[in-house]
Amino acid sequence: MSTSTSGGAATAAVDGDGAENRSGRPNAPASGTAGAAAGLEAAAWRALGEVLDPELDQPVTDLGFVAACEVVDGEVRVELRLPTYFCAPNFAYLMVADAREALAAVAPGPVRVRLLDHFASEEINAGVAVGDGFDAAFPGLAAGELDDLRATFLRKAHAAYQQQIAARLLKAGRTHAELVRLRLGELAEDTTRLRRRRRQLGLPSDDSAPLLVDDQGGPVDAESLPLRLRFARTTQVSIEGNAGWCRGLLGTRYGDIH
Amino acid sequence: MYSKDGENYFIVDSHIHFWDGTPANQANRYGEGFLNCFYDYHRNLSPQSEVWSLEHFQKQSEQDLLHDLFEAGYVDKAIFQPTYLTDFFVNGFNTTEQDGALAERHPDKFIVNGSWDPRDGEAGMAALERLAERWQLKGVKLYTAEWKGRSKGWKLTDDWSYRYLEKCQELGIRNIHIHKGPTIYPLNRDAFDVADVDDVATAFPDLRFVVEHVGLPRLEDFCWIATQEPNVYGGLAVAMPFIHSRPRYFAQIIGELLYWLDENRITFASDYAIWTPKWLVEKFVDFQIPEDMQDEYGVLTPDVKRKILGLNAARLYDIEVPEGMGLPAPDVPASRTPVASETNREAMTP
Repeated sequence: MSTSTSGGAATAAVDGDGAENRSGRPNAPASGTAGAAAGLEAAAWRALGEVLDPELDQPVTDLGFVAACEVVDGEVRVELRLPTYFCAPNFAYLMVADAREALAAVAPGPVRVRLLDHFASEEINAGVAVGDGFDAAFPGLAAGELDDLRATFLRKAHAAYQQQIAARLLKAGRTHAELVRLRLGELAEDTTRLRRRRRQLGLPSDDSAPLLVDDQGGPVDAESLPLRLRFARTTQVSIEGNAGWCRGLLGTRYGDIH
Repeated sequence: MYSKDGENYFIVDSHIHFWDGTPANQANRYGEGFLNCFYDYHRNLSPQSEVWSLEHFQKQSEQDLLHDLFEAGYVDKAIFQPTYLTDFFVNGFNTTEQDGALAERHPDKFIVNGSWDPRDGEAGMAALERLAERWQLKGVKLYTAEWKGRSKGWKLTDDWSYRYLEKCQELGIRNIHIHKGPTIYPLNRDAFDVADVDDVATAFPDLRFVVEHVGLPRLEDFCWIATQEPNVYGGLAVAMPFIHSRPRYFAQIIGELLYWLDENRITFASDYAIWTPKWLVEKFVDFQIPEDMQDEYGVLTPDVKRKILGLNAARLYDIEVPEGMGLPAPDVPASRTPVASETNREAMTP
């Protein structure tokens, strides 16, 4: 029922960042709840922690987008909410579809994901439930699926991760010429997230892969590196700024959540 | 005009509205959602003392607007940017006609911009001619995310858009303000993508393309285009109010803009009535890039602030700047040299 084809950038943007969740769960199971339901609910929450906002590159659980997550009569029911009524419908669809997919992987029974308070809630909820893809959910208004869109934002996140690591190394005294020769396996830095984005983009991610590659996975020369890093820095400012703005608006819309 | 510490600042508010977002004018749940979304923007980024009731936010009187901008807000000249949204609001949200009625009564205070939509075809072209003649238009505001029946938006590179841009050139409308929004056809594309601005800026070197909200939420894409297209400008509406709640992020936005563009292509805007200019002007004049960020971004001088607050927009709209309110120094960029577009192209082309 996946909305995406297999392989490359089209795979669902799941992340191992769930462990970093700082936000409280909206409704932790009460003590004494039947063990199975409580266990499934915890598993569902963990699964949602792997679902990213593709634009903000952060888990939906961390962003406060999960309004409810519960198990009722064996069915996993999740409600998602967004910072504004007019959040872009394509990103909203990706999150609902990814959430459904992540939950289906851990739930033995039925799964229901609903997006609340959005101008296109109805189309998105119905479309994801049927599983025919984005194009079918918005007949006549879309021209294909969301794989390219997802890939665009994975590339932005990937560039930002590379820049972060490169900036730290430069600060520690490395030169641009050394940086372009470095391999992932030679780094003391944690490259987990960088490698995951690489895999999602179909770019080399093993120990022998260069630390720095361009969007197509090709090598980067030392001469163009400063400008490339400078632009990636701007991309990072943009991503972080957007995430802060979205958190703020969500708090304003639903009452302070953090 | 605003004066502080012996410095004078000529103020042009480049992006204001005189809107009607009352329930009576909301055509449907989309109109209600749109207004409430704005209200959340207002509540989230305004200082507590500046937060209005929803009712007051829905519609301001003529007297409110005059007070907020000119009596309290230090504004010398304000530019109306229309937002029709006729699919959401019965009589339109903020039309040239509504704005114009106010401008007629206070001709020295306002500049009225028009608007067009390529989906209106020939009829829209005739309407633009009438509008241009009626208001001596120097600018238009385009909203690519505007819904029109089944259509959920358009691109600057659409065939009819090119024809309208040619018409603008012909009519002497040189300032093309662009607002990107959450929907566009096809819906599977990023509606905030500014790539179409790049194309038309190259095709129409005599027009100026002012990207509203400095491309937010795609600041990096906007900077990338603006560094290569000398006729692309950034309007600070929506970016300005971060100065209060997230000053470090605001410093980053301004710093990035000064790095990729220069201080001659950035214009101040309150986005009234989402925010009011008084506190924005005061805070901007007091603002400095935090010390730990100055290595990366440099500092803001009074001259840079003067340009951003009014002199840049005055240049775009031929607004007369009173004696002694211009730049004391010759008009050269005080920041570091912007990155040359040729270098960027060479470096980034695979």
